[in-house]
Amino acid sequence: MDCCYTIAFMRQSNFEKSPSLRPGTGPYRTRRALVIALCCGIGAGLGIGGYTFRYANGLSYFSTDPAACANCHIMRSEFDAWQKSSHHAVATCIDCHLPHSLVPKYMAKAENGYRHSKAFTEGNFEEPIFVRPAGRTILQDNCVYCHQALTESIAMNSPHTGEQPCLHCHSTVGHGDAARLGGPLRKDEIVGVSSR
Amino acid sequence: MNQLIRHRFWMSRTGLAILLGLVALGTCGVTALLINIFQKKVEQRALYVRLVDVTDNDTDPAKWGRNWPSQYDAYLRTAFPTHTRYGGHSGSEALPEEKIERDPWLKRMFLGYAFSLDYRDRRGHAYMMVDQEHTERLKKPQSGSCLHCHASIMPLYRELGNGDAMRGFEESFKFSYQDLDKKLHDTGHAHPVSCVDCHDAQTMALRVTRPGFIRGVRALAESDGEVPAFSSIALWRSGKRDQPYDPNKDATHNELRSFVCGQCHVEYYCSTKMPLTFPWGKGLKADEIESYWNETKFPNGEPFSDYTHAETGAHVLKAQHPEFELWSQGVHARSGVSCADCHMPYMREGASKVSDHWVRSPLLNINRACQTCHHFSEDELKSRVELIQDRNHALLERGGSAIVDLIDALKQAQSTGATEEQLSPARDLQRKAQWRLDFIAAENSMGFHAPQEAARLLAEAIDYARQGQLSLFHQPDPQQPSASP
Repeated sequence: MDCCYTIAFMRQSNFEKSPSLRPGTGPYRTRRALVIALCCGIGAGLGIGGYTFRYANGLSYFSTDPAACANCHIMRSEFDAWQKSSHHAVATCIDCHLPHSLVPKYMAKAENGYRHSKAFTEGNFEEPIFVRPAGRTILQDNCVYCHQALTESIAMNSPHTGEQPCLHCHSTVGHGDAARLGGPLRKDEIVGVSSR
Repeated sequence: MNQLIRHRFWMSRTGLAILLGLVALGTCGVTALLINIFQKKVEQRALYVRLVDVTDNDTDPAKWGRNWPSQYDAYLRTAFPTHTRYGGHSGSEALPEEKIERDPWLKRMFLGYAFSLDYRDRRGHAYMMVDQEHTERLKKPQSGSCLHCHASIMPLYRELGNGDAMRGFEESFKFSYQDLDKKLHDTGHAHPVSCVDCHDAQTMALRVTRPGFIRGVRALAESDGEVPAFSSIALWRSGKRDQPYDPNKDATHNELRSFVCGQCHVEYYCSTKMPLTFPWGKGLKADEIESYWNETKFPNGEPFSDYTHAETGAHVLKAQHPEFELWSQGVHARSGVSCADCHMPYMREGASKVSDHWVRSPLLNINRACQTCHHFSEDELKSRVELIQDRNHALLERGGSAIVDLIDALKQAQSTGATEEQLSPARDLQRKAQWRLDFIAAENSMGFHAPQEAARLLAEAIDYARQGQLSLFHQPDPQQPSASP
C-alpha cells in the first residue's frame, strides 16, 4: 500500500500542479536549496562517519583477532595476561566469551559491543572490570563445549551439578592469577575525604 | 491518505528543514565521537616529557612534579586525612589523638622512654617531617639518626661525608636532632621523603638510597635467616659471594617495590649511642631480631637495650614499626605481592598504567589494591580484613593487660624488698613479653601483614608476661626467712 501511495504521489505531481511549486518561484527555490543542503549534509555525515569507522578500526570488530578486544585500552591487562595463560595456544577471546552458534553469537557480540563502547565513551564504569552474570553463563557453556568428553562424567556424578561453575576453581586458565587493573581516582577520592 | 500527507510533509519546506537539522545533529554526534576516539588514542601515546632536568641533589618534589605531574599530584594527596577502623584517626587532622591516652597500657609499658610523653595516631607521608619537628618526645635529647627516614637526607649525608654518603651517615648520629634538622633547612633539603629517595634521577628506575637499609639487607643476605620472599637473596647466597649483596644490583624490580618501603618501615635502633642500625644479622623474624639485639653491645660495652623501664628497672627493647619484617612472614610476601602492589597499586590513567603515589591503606582503595587479584566484592574483602584485625586487636588487648599485671607484680615485689636475684627472671620475662607485644602493637597493620605470625607473637607475649608474674608469686617471701636453712 505504502508504495502505491508513493507512486501516486509522484504521478499526481504536485510539483507541476501546485501553483506554489512552479520552477522559478520563491518557495521552489527555498526547497531546492534545502534539498541541496540536505544532500550535502548527508554526504558530510557519511564521510565523517565512514572515516570515524575506519579511524576507530571498526572493521576489526568483525574479525576474530584478540587484538581487536584491546583496541580500547581497558582490556589491555586482560589481553596481556591471556598471552601468558595456559589457554593462549588453544582459545582466543571469542572462543570463551561468545556463544558458538551463529545467532546467539552475533546477538551477544552486538549487546557487548554496544555496552562496551557506550561505557568507554562515557567513562562511567567500575574498575577493575568484572564479567557479568550473562557473560559467566557463556563462559561456563564454552568450558563444556570443548571439554565435554572429560567433564560429562564429572557433571553426572557431582553433588553440585550446575551450581559450581568450572571457573570457580579454574579461575586462572584464561588470564593467569592477576589480570586486572584498577581505574582512575573516584569522585570521593578526589574530594580527599576518603575514609571508610 | 495519512501516508500521503506524511510524504507531503517531508517534502515541504518545514519538513526538509527539520530533516536537515536532524542530519546536522547526527553529523555533530559522529564528529564528537571522532574527537573522543582521537583523544583516547592520544592518551595511549603519551608517556612523559622531561621538561626540567633533575639530579640526585634535587630533593624538592615540586621540581620532579613538572615532569611527572600525575605521580606528583598523587604524592601531594598524602596530606589528606584518611582513616580505617584501626589506622589513622577520625579526630582533628591538626592534632591527631594520643594513642597512649586511648590505650593506657601503652603508656605504662613505655614509662622511662620518650614514647610515654607523646605518641599519637599517624598522619600521611606529607607530615612526616613537621610532625617529628613538633613532637613532645623532643623534650628528651634525640639523635640526628631520626632524620634518616623523616627527610630527604641523602645530599646532606654526602655533604657530611665529603661526597661519601656512608661516612656522612655514620657521623649523623652524633648530631642532636635539632642541629641536623637545622642543617637540612639551611641547605634547602628540608623535604619529607621525596622522589629522589626511591627513583634514579636519570632513568626513573627504582633504587634504594638509605645506608641503614643497604647495610641491613647486606647483613640479612649474609645470615642464615629464611627469606622466602626474596629470591635474589637466595640466589646471591648460592653464588660466589665475592661481592657483598647490593640491592641496587642484585634485587629484582619486584623486590625493589618492597625494598624502597623497607628503607624506613622497619625495626631499628636510632638513638644517640651508636649509628642507626637495622637488626637483620640473624634474619627478619621477631625472635631472630630479638636474639640479634641480645648479642649486640653498645660501643661502651654495655649490653644493648632501648630503655630502662621506670617502674621495674627492666632493660627493655622498643619495637619501632616493623611493617617490612612482619609482611615478610606473611602469605602475601611469599606469593610475591610487594608493598607497592597494595599501598601504591597500579591504576589506569587514560591509557597509561601508573602506580598510585598516594600511599595509603589498601582498605581505602580495595578495588585497585585487592580486587585485581581477589575476585570478590569490596564489602566482602573489607570484612575479611577487618575480621583478621578484630581478632588481632582482641589478642593485643589481652597482651596489654598481661604486661600491666606483670609490671604491677614487679612493682609490688620491689616494694616488699625482693632481691635482685628474685626480680631478675621476671625482668627478663618483661623484656621478652614487651618486645613481642610491642612488635605487633607498633606495627601498622593490626596484624594483617602476617596474621598467624602476629597471633603467635601475641600468644608468646601473653605467656611470657604471665610466666613473669608467676615467677614472682613463687618467690619465697624475703621478709620471712625460710624455715629450712
